[in-house]
Amino acid sequence: MTGALETFLHEVRESLSMALISLRTNKLRSILTLLGIAVGVFSIIGVMTAMGVLISSIQNGMTFLGANTFQVQRTSPMMTGDINERLKMMNRRRITYEQAVQVKEFASLAKAVGIFCYLESPKVVIAEGGKKTNPSISVSGREIESFLANNWTIDNGRLFSQSELNSGNHVAILGADVVTKLYPKTDPIGQTIKVDGHKYQVIGTVQSRGSVLGGGDESFVLIPLSTFFGIYGKNQEFSFKVQADALAIDDCMEQVRGILRAVRHVPPGEEDDFAIISNDSLITQFSEFTKYLRLGIIIVSSIALLAAGVGIMNIMLVSVTERTREIGIRKAVGARKNHIMTQFILEAILISQLGGIIGIILGILGGNLLAVVMNTTAVIPMDWVLIGFLTCSVVGVVFGVYPAWKAANLDPIESLRYE
Amino acid sequence: MDNSVVINLKEIKKIYDMGGAEEVQALRGVSVEIHKNEYVAIMGPSGSGKSTLMNIIGCLDTPSSGLYEFNGVNVSEMNDNQLAKVRNKEIGFVFQTFNLLARSDALHNVELPLIYAGVTSGERKRLAREALNHVGLGDRVHHKPNELSGGQRQRVAVARALVNRPSILLADEPTGNLDSKTGDEIMILFEELHHQGNTIILVTHEEYIAEHAHRIIRVRDGMVETDERVDKRKTVTTV
Repeated sequence: MTGALETFLHEVRESLSMALISLRTNKLRSILTLLGIAVGVFSIIGVMTAMGVLISSIQNGMTFLGANTFQVQRTSPMMTGDINERLKMMNRRRITYEQAVQVKEFASLAKAVGIFCYLESPKVVIAEGGKKTNPSISVSGREIESFLANNWTIDNGRLFSQSELNSGNHVAILGADVVTKLYPKTDPIGQTIKVDGHKYQVIGTVQSRGSVLGGGDESFVLIPLSTFFGIYGKNQEFSFKVQADALAIDDCMEQVRGILRAVRHVPPGEEDDFAIISNDSLITQFSEFTKYLRLGIIIVSSIALLAAGVGIMNIMLVSVTERTREIGIRKAVGARKNHIMTQFILEAILISQLGGIIGIILGILGGNLLAVVMNTTAVIPMDWVLIGFLTCSVVGVVFGVYPAWKAANLDPIESLRYE
Repeated sequence: MDNSVVINLKEIKKIYDMGGAEEVQALRGVSVEIHKNEYVAIMGPSGSGKSTLMNIIGCLDTPSSGLYEFNGVNVSEMNDNQLAKVRNKEIGFVFQTFNLLARSDALHNVELPLIYAGVTSGERKRLAREALNHVGLGDRVHHKPNELSGGQRQRVAVARALVNRPSILLADEPTGNLDSKTGDEIMILFEELHHQGNTIILVTHEEYIAEHAHRIIRVRDGMVETDERVDKRKTVTTV
């Protein structure tokens, strides 16, 4: 048994080295053929790598969610599904301040619940000298818990004090983009800014985390929630962030869901009329959102691979005809059918795998251009690399079998006479 | 000296079906015995069935009827794979057109039968070098066929034919593509190989070449016309 296996391995090794020699002697032709495969694999791997980069940037917590944190709001950030579902989501009732406060009160598993409220439209922020930002600054009222739940660090100045939070003082903490824009050289602390005609004293700045997904998420001004109420009223749409223990995050999520359903009187059996967003759910939604894109890429790449496979078959058939005499010689000196068959199939597999490897390398490099642009870590989608590689082998076998069979069944006498 | 029968052909017929009712009888009952260490020439004009006979002897083809025993084993009803094995172990071919792999060097060409015999790489290289030394090409192992002269190419082919230590050396017009001087060199080599105990079957249509053999079998119209020993052999020892 081991003897048979050894013989088999020996034969495969020999066929492999013969196949390599023949590929090397037909360099240009081999390269042109494997290019087809490379393009097909490149498109799959490239797109999958780019997706991987996006997903990992979400996972790395470089998004607006901190670790072990989830956010509860009225609608989901990425809207999928048909138009009716979307309309239904748009028509959901607001989460009121009272509802959010009840969750905060009863969610025993939460470490921190930070209620906040955004102004619906972004604002212009004006500094004392008249310097202005673009009208793209998000202004939100915050509780102290927001800082923990968002993983925000104050790198200059200080947090809101308890009395500021209670009495609604006009103080503000700035995001990094606002600081860069308004105070490129001066210390922002103690300066006065103006939003919507209201003046605030700057007391702190939030440390920059680098921009993700095109940036812009550090263009914010934070003011105490009570201050926000004082100016804009309490009749707003509220969201809140919850931080839980790493081990209890799922339980905590369930608890918050239960409380919110109860206070919003959602009947049992009906779906939530609010959205819970965690890093996991974001990734799920992202995958859902990009499903058709990926499907499309897979279909296009499959067609490309099919075409490339036909190319391989064509070139192998030419190769068999061209090497008829070689096959005759090999048979005359004792090559059996399976020797010839193995050699030609291995050649086809080698061509497609070499093409596959080139496609994989280019795809990983291409996909990770996104990582460079987004200034995040590079990704190698191992599962797709494996799938791509296996697909190439399958393509090689499928399209190599017929030419190899043809070669193996050539008549030795005829082949030796072939000119 | 061991004088056992290597090749035993009995009433060998080969009929080619040309489609429809048309048949061509290439061999019409050939019976021949060839012993170990014989030096036989098979002669005949084109269309005589000489090539068909050679293909059958070389196990490249099987007879339509009749018995062919090779070293006592019936090979007339073997399948393709079994025939391939016989060719690999028992028969060394030398062709008129050399039939070397054009893109491989002399060493790889000589190695080829050993690859299919399952000999390990190191042993293969050793045997192939030895065979190339034997035919006087020890200094040309890494030359490709197009870097060798016609005579040298045929020597590589002889080395390839001998590397598996086959029972017979089957040469089909081995000097047909060579000038007379290099042709003589190859005939000297055959002479030496015969002296060393090899069984040689030479297929040719040239009297001049056939006269090197001990025995000449003349084939005509698919039958053995004459089968006689050569008394006054022509020997070439120098050129």
